[in-house]
Amino acid sequence: MSDTVISVENISKAYRLGQIGGGTLREDFTRWWARLRSKPDPFLKIGEEHHARKMGEQFWALDDVSFQVKQGEVLGIIGRNGAGKSTMLKILSQVTTPTSGEIKIKGRIASLLEVGTGFHPELTGRENVFLNGAILGMTKAEIRKKFDEIIAFSGIEEFVDTPVKRYSSGMYVRLAFAVAAHLEPEILIVDEVLAVGDAEFQRKCLGKMQDVSQREGRTVLFVSHNMLAVQRLCTRGLLFANGRLKVSGSINDVIGDYASTNATDEYLNTKESNLPQIVAAKILTVSPNIETPLEVMIEWVLPEDIRGVKIGIGFNTSEGQRIFDCAPEDLGQRSPDKKGRYKATFTVPPNTFMARSYYVSIGLWRESVVFDHPNPALQFIVEKVPRGPYSHQSSRDGLLNVKGVWTLAGNADSPSQPIAGWTPTTV
Amino acid sequence: MSENPQINVPVHSASADAGWTTVLTPHRGWLDWRLKQLWRYRDLISLFVWRDFVSLYKQTILGPLWHIIQPLLTTITFTVVFGKIANLPTNGIPPFLFYMSGIVGWTYFSNNITKTSSTFVTNSSLLGKVYFHRLVIPISIAISNLISFFIQFGIFLIFIAIFYFRHFPIHLTYWAFYTPLFLVMLAGYGLGGGIIVSALTTRYRDLTQLVAFGVQLLMYATPVIYPLSQASSRYRWVLEYNPLTPVVEGFRLGFLGAGDVNLTQLGISFGAMLVVLVIGTMLFTHVEKTFMDTV
Repeated sequence: MSDTVISVENISKAYRLGQIGGGTLREDFTRWWARLRSKPDPFLKIGEEHHARKMGEQFWALDDVSFQVKQGEVLGIIGRNGAGKSTMLKILSQVTTPTSGEIKIKGRIASLLEVGTGFHPELTGRENVFLNGAILGMTKAEIRKKFDEIIAFSGIEEFVDTPVKRYSSGMYVRLAFAVAAHLEPEILIVDEVLAVGDAEFQRKCLGKMQDVSQREGRTVLFVSHNMLAVQRLCTRGLLFANGRLKVSGSINDVIGDYASTNATDEYLNTKESNLPQIVAAKILTVSPNIETPLEVMIEWVLPEDIRGVKIGIGFNTSEGQRIFDCAPEDLGQRSPDKKGRYKATFTVPPNTFMARSYYVSIGLWRESVVFDHPNPALQFIVEKVPRGPYSHQSSRDGLLNVKGVWTLAGNADSPSQPIAGWTPTTV
Repeated sequence: MSENPQINVPVHSASADAGWTTVLTPHRGWLDWRLKQLWRYRDLISLFVWRDFVSLYKQTILGPLWHIIQPLLTTITFTVVFGKIANLPTNGIPPFLFYMSGIVGWTYFSNNITKTSSTFVTNSSLLGKVYFHRLVIPISIAISNLISFFIQFGIFLIFIAIFYFRHFPIHLTYWAFYTPLFLVMLAGYGLGGGIIVSALTTRYRDLTQLVAFGVQLLMYATPVIYPLSQASSRYRWVLEYNPLTPVVEGFRLGFLGAGDVNLTQLGISFGAMLVVLVIGTMLFTHVEKTFMDTV
């Protein structure tokens, strides 16, 4: 009980649909006047119940969500767009209020919802650190104490006195994250900020967040679509779907559940980015079965020459466990490293998979720097074949359909007796 | 949405129970102003003030000089149009000083009301992402405007000195000592009126358009460009009911020695200002928690 720092109890949030604030002053006044004389709402259509009308106009962004977060926990919040993750965070960070329910919080919350919130383009980096820090709830004295650390972390030392409008977007993000990371709140909320910034810095941020939670015992709520980051960082997860809390549990269970509901046979990424990224992927084989080869198409972009960049594909179970992976380098080939847009197919030979579902993750990386890693990017289900040796394979267990060779040495009690279906061999 | 009776657990008892520092509920009292929390954000207020001051003039050639040029040009315009062309009386005070005295105070009030009235709309991107006490913004606006007021007030004093040594019929009275009170009242009215409008604009967007016009109209109903003593007896009651009248007249009486005001009027006006401020804060408190869903 005592180590629970956030307790969310039956939180719901309704938004009014349609044109908001479209009512005129006169309409509102007439309605109010009618209510004062206990007359019915003059703008309500005849035959329509007030209650029903109100309900019809609303959209429940969150519907009866309850969960608890313990001290020092790193909680991953995942779900598709519009599942209610951001609304939850907005309520937690007090930007908006719930329609019903109650939230109890122990300690100061700082939210890093969007990097650089409140940055003023005309002001210098130094000035913005103070401004941003104060917006996030620090006092001037606290910021002054942390200032050198913040600047060192952001790595923009030489540009401290340059107006931030001259910064590259990467520098902007670095500075903003640095400020937020040094807030020292008891609870830190991080929403998808790591999507921007280069991979090097992303790693630094993840490291800092790990530090914050493990070494300093602070609580972190992390919202991201980057499953790799979520998996690495979080211990527990929440999966939101359609405004409800679908799964809550260990991060692997939650990611597994998300993967099984989210993956398809096609992956498209239309995000603008100046980083190398995977832009498309597709399972080319139509209704794959055990005896067909499986072909996966991958398309990726290198915005510049990057020496040592590698493309790779991995096959996982629904629980996220890796079955095998493969990069061109593993086969003595080389991934292209010149600027360009590449398209490749990876073919898995027939009789490799079992009749079950598989998840494909794709990676684009260089040494320990991951540029893009949709996981899972794709899902496919391998069907049984109607006839032949594998038609009964539902009784088999395991992840891969490896064709080994059985050799029977014979019956030791009666060595001369042949056994039906086996070629006799000498021991 | 049926209301759950358990929702309205008083914050104090709930937080006392298990050491919760914050309890978020759907409803918040009209009088739950969280002033203690506002005090904790005082550094943010000062940084906003400083940001407004610094950023406004970065990349302008004349910089802070604009604080001086604007009221000077208005004063000259008024002197020519109302003083020379329309020949409005000024109680024997040199027209230039007369108009300037009105403009300096009025500008402070009107800047406060117009800028605070758009608080939610102009800052929606910021307010939609971070929580800080929302009153920080209107308060920082009132303080920012104070800076330009003092610059203009300084210019005004310089002109008073110039005219005084040229033996124009002006003199300081003890009403000048009320200047801090006048400022508080102008700030209070501007802030109160501004946050009332800002709270209403989250629902009725048209109001933003009306503010500028309304403020101008109010100026003509306040003895800014003419003295109260010259108002025709038929319409004089309008001016006397206008709670800004004693402030403008008092300011003039203090620095130029001619004005029509007494302490009772000033006291009533002060009370009315408190009422406006309280109503404004209540409305603002009521609106701030959900405005992000509507703006």
